[in-house]
Amino acid sequence: METIEKVIKIVSEATKVDASNIKAETNFIDDLNLDSLDMVEMMMKMEEEFGVEIPEDKTEDLKTINDVTNFLKTIN
Amino acid sequence: MNVTYSDLQNKIVLITGATRGIGNAIAKELAKNKCHIVFNYRSNPEAATSLCEEFKTLGASNATALNFDITDFNKMKEEVDSFIKEHGAISGLINNAGIAKDQLVLRVKPDDITQILDINLKGTMVLTNHLCRNFLRAENVSIVNMSSVVGLMGNTSQSVYAASKAGLIGYSKSLAKELGSRKIRCNAIAPGFIQTEMTEKIAEKAQEEYKKSIPMGDYGNTQDVANLTLFLLSSASSYITGEVIKVDGGLYI
Repeated sequence: METIEKVIKIVSEATKVDASNIKAETNFIDDLNLDSLDMVEMMMKMEEEFGVEIPEDKTEDLKTINDVTNFLKTIN
Repeated sequence: MNVTYSDLQNKIVLITGATRGIGNAIAKELAKNKCHIVFNYRSNPEAATSLCEEFKTLGASNATALNFDITDFNKMKEEVDSFIKEHGAISGLINNAGIAKDQLVLRVKPDDITQILDINLKGTMVLTNHLCRNFLRAENVSIVNMSSVVGLMGNTSQSVYAASKAGLIGYSKSLAKELGSRKIRCNAIAPGFIQTEMTEKIAEKAQEEYKKSIPMGDYGNTQDVANLTLFLLSSASSYITGEVIKVDGGLYI
């Protein structure tokens, strides 16, 4: 599975939004209505799934599915 | 009177300042309720090991001593993280460690302020904030912060201590608001005069004067505070958060 597909799957499961409605440019706050605590939990799920550590200060820059995917590719 | 909460069995509870006074009484009650007690110690590994054995003898499902000072934030994080990695998520936290240095406002030195706030307030906040990620992974999370009636009413010669304890109340309420949506609860306990080694050192005449100011006419004991702490930790209080509950015999009404 491509990184982006995996990211969309995790986000879809966590938000209960159908994966077909989540695109690369989907914004966590504007499109999925996540709050800052939701974002922390989402990043924790990414960490568990990808076996990486996402620094707290980095999460503020991760606003879209694409941002997360690209970031995960750089640290993997 | 001792109360037992069956849901506390095997619950992993971290308590600071468990080696004596109110903290020790709470830890013993946690042990009787079969919790896995985790506590910190600063400098005496033999005493910590013997305390672990004592808690196990009283019924604790496990007891773990972590070597960190509440003001050594890096060591604290290191010890706590390594514990969680080995044993799993902590679902109960009792921030009980604290010091008092009574002196008139005129004599308070900046270093005293730093020391009291670092231990009583900053240590609690750093530890709790650090554990928040862990709490998001745990169930039935309850945080209990040991404040004081002095934090509500102020007291002569205790300006810094009172400020630190009042700070804990604001912190507890904020945490309750911020994490309530995740069913993470946070409450504060405000003990009044509680019979400990500290109160035994007060001159008899002064003790009589203190007692006159308490409607119930006497000091409380550590068991009174422990009983409330266990109630707040257990699911028996599952809809209570952001509260400040006094255990003071009516001292501050």
